[in-house]
Amino acid sequence: MQVLANPHRFFSISNRILPFGWVATALAFAYGLYLALVASPADYQQGETVRIMYVHVPSATLALFIYVFMAIASAMALIFRHPLADSAAKVAAPLGAGFCFLALATGSLWGKPMWGTWWVWDARLTSMFVLMLLYLGYMAVWRAFDDPQRAASLARIVALVGVINIPIVKFSVDWWNTLHQPASILRKGGPAIDASILWPLAMMFVASGLFFFCTHLMLLKNEVRARKLRAEKLKTMDTR
Amino acid sequence: MKAFLAILKRDIYLGLRQGGGAGAGLAFMLSVLVLIPIAVGPDQNLLQRLAPGIMWLALLLAVLLTSEKIFQQDFEDGTLDALMGASLPLEMTVLAKALAHWLSVGLPLAIMAPMLGILLNIDTSAMAVLSLAMALGSLALSLLASIGGAITAGLRRGGLLVALLVMPLYVPVLIFGVSATLAENGPEGASGSLIVLSALTLISTALQPFAAAAALRAYLK
Repeated sequence: MQVLANPHRFFSISNRILPFGWVATALAFAYGLYLALVASPADYQQGETVRIMYVHVPSATLALFIYVFMAIASAMALIFRHPLADSAAKVAAPLGAGFCFLALATGSLWGKPMWGTWWVWDARLTSMFVLMLLYLGYMAVWRAFDDPQRAASLARIVALVGVINIPIVKFSVDWWNTLHQPASILRKGGPAIDASILWPLAMMFVASGLFFFCTHLMLLKNEVRARKLRAEKLKTMDTR
Repeated sequence: MKAFLAILKRDIYLGLRQGGGAGAGLAFMLSVLVLIPIAVGPDQNLLQRLAPGIMWLALLLAVLLTSEKIFQQDFEDGTLDALMGASLPLEMTVLAKALAHWLSVGLPLAIMAPMLGILLNIDTSAMAVLSLAMALGSLALSLLASIGGAITAGLRRGGLLVALLVMPLYVPVLIFGVSATLAENGPEGASGSLIVLSALTLISTALQPFAAAAALRAYLK
C-alpha cells in the first residue's frame, strides 16, 4: 500500500493495469450477460424473472463490500495518514450508492411479479435502504465543507461510525420482520443453488467486481489530478 | 470530575433557560400530537395502535431538532477552544455535553410522553414500560445526536445534514424502543427489548466520546 503513496508511481502502475482491466471487464460482462440472459435456464417457479437476480445479487454484495472498503480506507487514513486513502473512500461512495440503488431497483422490479408488491418493509430491504442513507450522508459531508482537509477528517468519522452501525441495523431488523430469502450461496452445507444458475451468477460477480475496480481506479486518478490542480492554483495565488 | 460536573451543570442551565427552555420541548410534542389525528383520522383503535410509535417519533424529532445547540453556540463564541485547552480531556467534555442534553431535553420528555399518550388513546397498561424504554433510549438518541452535532458544528445550516447523518443510527433504537411496548410480545418480549435497548445505549456511550471529540478536533486544529 505504501508503494502507492507516491502519485507518480500510482499513475504509472494504474496506467499499466487499467487497459487490461477494462478488456477483462468487457469480456466478463459479455460472457456473463450471455450466460445470464440467454444460456441459463428459466427457473421452474420464478420463470424468466430469475434473470433479474444475476444483476441484483452482485450489486447488493458490492454495495455492502464498498461500504466496508470505504471504512477500511478511512481507518487507514486515520491511522497511517496514507495520502490516497481519503480520496479512495471519497470516490468509492458514489459507486457504492449506485450499486445500492441498482440492488434496490432490481429487487423492486422482481418483487412486483413475485411478491405482488414493489416494496415491503422487510429486514433485508430495510437494512439496504439504511445503507443507501449512509452513503448519501457520507457524500453530503464531502460536499458540505469548502476545505477538503476538514471534509476528509469529518468524512472519516462518518464512515467509521456507519460501519459499526451496519451490523447493528442488520441484526435489529432481522429480529423485526423478514420476508426476503436467507443467504443461499455462502451457507453451511454448500450452495443451495443449481450449478446452471450458480455459474452465470459467479461470472456476473466477477464482471461487476472488475467494473468497480476499474471505475474506482479511474475516479481515483481523477481525484488525485483535481487535488494537484487545486494545489497548483493555490501556489500561483500565493506568489501574486 | 469537578470540571465534568461543572460543564454538565452549565449546559443543563443553558438548556433549561435558553430557547424556550424545557417547556418548548413539551409544546413541540403536543403540537406533533395534534397533527397526527388530523393526518391519519381520529379512529380510536388506529390511534391506540400507532401511539407508541408516534411518541417515539416525536421524541426522536425533538432530540434531533435540538442537537444543533449542543456544540454550535460554544463553537461560535470560542467556548470550545477554551474547553479544548482545559485539563479535562475533550472526550469527557463532549460526554458531559451530551449528558446535559439528555437531562434537559430527552429525559423530561421521556417521562412526560406516555401521559401525553392519553390524547392518542394509548393503552394505559403500556405506559410504564413506554416511559422506561423512552428514558433509556433517549440517552442513546442524545449521544448519537451529539455526534451529528459535532460533525456539523461549523456549518451555518447543518440541520438537514445532521438529520441525514443521524437517522440511520436511530433505526435500531427505534426498533427496540417500539417493540418493548408491542402487546403481542408480552412482558417477556418487553424485558428482552429493554435489555437490547440498554446495550445500544451502552454502545453509544462508548462510541460517542471518541467520535464527537475527533469531529471537533477536525475543526479546532
